Amino acid sequence: MEKGQRMKIVTRTRAGTITGLMVVVLVLAGLALPAVAPRSLIQDLFFILTMLSLAQVWNLLAGYGGLVSVGQQAFVGIGAYAMFAMVILFGWDPVPAVLVGGVAAVILAVPTAFFAFRLQGAYFAIGTWVIAEVTRLLVAQWKALGGGTGTSLPREATSDIMGVELIRTLFDVREAAARDILAYWLALILTVCIIGGIYWLLKNRLGLALAAVRDNTEAARSVGIDTTRLKWAVFLIAAFATGLIGALIYVQTARISPDAAFSLTDWTAYVIFIVVIGGIGTLEGPIIGVIVFFVLQSALSDYGAWYLLTLGLLAIAVMLFAPKGLWGLIAARTGLRLFPVQRRLVGHDINGGK
Amino acid sequence: MIWVDTVVQGVLLGGLYALFAAGLSLVFGIMRLVNLAHGDMIVAAAFLILLLVQGLGLNPFLAALLAAPAMFAFGWLLQRFILNRVLGKDILPPLLVTFGLSVALQNGMLEAFSADSRRIPIGPLESASVSLGGITVGVMPLLTFGSAVAVIVVLNQIFYRTALGRAFRATSDDPVTASLMGINPRGIFAMATGLAMVVVTIAALYLGMRSNFDPSIGPARLIYAFEAVIIGGLGSLWGTLAGGIIIGVAQTLGAAINPEWQILAGHIAFLVVLVIRPRGLFPRALD
Repeated sequence: MEKGQRMKIVTRTRAGTITGLMVVVLVLAGLALPAVAPRSLIQDLFFILTMLSLAQVWNLLAGYGGLVSVGQQAFVGIGAYAMFAMVILFGWDPVPAVLVGGVAAVILAVPTAFFAFRLQGAYFAIGTWVIAEVTRLLVAQWKALGGGTGTSLPREATSDIMGVELIRTLFDVREAAARDILAYWLALILTVCIIGGIYWLLKNRLGLALAAVRDNTEAARSVGIDTTRLKWAVFLIAAFATGLIGALIYVQTARISPDAAFSLTDWTAYVIFIVVIGGIGTLEGPIIGVIVFFVLQSALSDYGAWYLLTLGLLAIAVMLFAPKGLWGLIAARTGLRLFPVQRRLVGHDINGGK
Repeated sequence: MIWVDTVVQGVLLGGLYALFAAGLSLVFGIMRLVNLAHGDMIVAAAFLILLLVQGLGLNPFLAALLAAPAMFAFGWLLQRFILNRVLGKDILPPLLVTFGLSVALQNGMLEAFSADSRRIPIGPLESASVSLGGITVGVMPLLTFGSAVAVIVVLNQIFYRTALGRAFRATSDDPVTASLMGINPRGIFAMATGLAMVVVTIAALYLGMRSNFDPSIGPARLIYAFEAVIIGGLGSLWGTLAGGIIIGVAQTLGAAINPEWQILAGHIAFLVVLVIRPRGLFPRALD
């Protein structure tokens, strides 16, 4: 082998580099968007971004970590309630209180993991669901936060959220619209951080370990991967992110109840459908999935239950005929990788050189 | 005495949960399939029985007898053409398919029957009660419990006394070896799901006669059923009955202390059992 022609491992692809540039442009455009966009578009985008973040996190858990949780609504709910508690009981500003939401989710995740990691496969799924139900029932006993009927953020807290005044003068909008813009910006930043963070994790040691465990647990252990620690890491990271998203969602809605904040359908079922329809185990999949989800919802919004019926049947059809989701179909046809995490060996020899 | 009464009511309630769970236990035990649509299937069967009762003026028990073959066919077809295709080492595909089915069923029923609460009418039997050594128990709960025991006895007879049951057990233990012995696991799975749907019909009959139901209540029933199955241990039908009773007694005891704690107490009992015995109390098969 000639000097300077050493083989090396790369993950970079041309499509990946283009994606990177596109992301920067899109994020900058997204930040500037409130200047021209109507309020309804900002609200739609907020919804899309939060669902996308939840989907990416569930994808990390189930698609990469093999932890099929049906109880992520526990972390959405506890994050949201922790934020409400800081605002109502301690008079915090809702924005920093979002961080407390993430911390509260981690605190709940530790006992959850101690319990759920004793269970395998299907038992794990059901176990996480039961814990979410227990958390919902316990929170419903919390009378200071409205008990079973829930409560709203007090007006004095929502009227002087940090940054809202600035946005009002900047875009010349009303207070409620300014709050939506702030929530949207935070959602955009959070989404970029979550997708970027997961991408970074997957490109590094954790991602390599996850791929090894997914492909063959015993072989992975034999080369020294601590699978238990890995599961803990993924579960806690996912809980923290989910708690943040949950708290942020409820900063925007400003009204909470246990049934809504711990909803299996809203925070886990839809999220799972988004991941499955888009393509599980890829970073691109949830992005495609959330677009399909939103288009379906807009197109069928006048037909009530038909929309969910369609969504359920679509998920079944995808599982039967395209188990890797829509992105799987696209990737198989084109070989496209927008977020390349696959490690490829390149060098003179294997590229067909001398 | 009040505590004895509470426990007796809890045991009888456990019978209902065991009925919800028996079909699930059967399917889970044989093919490790987690059917997240099980609760919605019970509700769907309850609507089917209600339609027969209202449309043809039948007695509910007779209506259930008519609904059972239809549900068997539904289960057989579902397993044969959909679920068999996604069964495998990975638990995710069947989980997701049944999750999709659950959402589709719930919303399909919402479109067809609206969100109104319904009940299968049974006349005076609804409020009839008998006195058992100083404790008054309702005839309906007693009948439910008796049916749960009967269902489990019959299923156990099928399991341990018939060729079909032998095939069930063999496939449960090792589908590859079973298929070498001339068993077609896919056919066996379809029979098992069909049979489970017959049990679902019986569960639906009691669900509909004892309480109001609407299209959205499936998942809540499913979670009790799952708890009963997991507490009992994989593949053990008597274990499922024991699991149902544990949940039922925990719920009535919890409710006796504070009505808001009823459901919470059931879940806590489940978590405690799993902390002590992660594989349930009486597991027959290895998972």
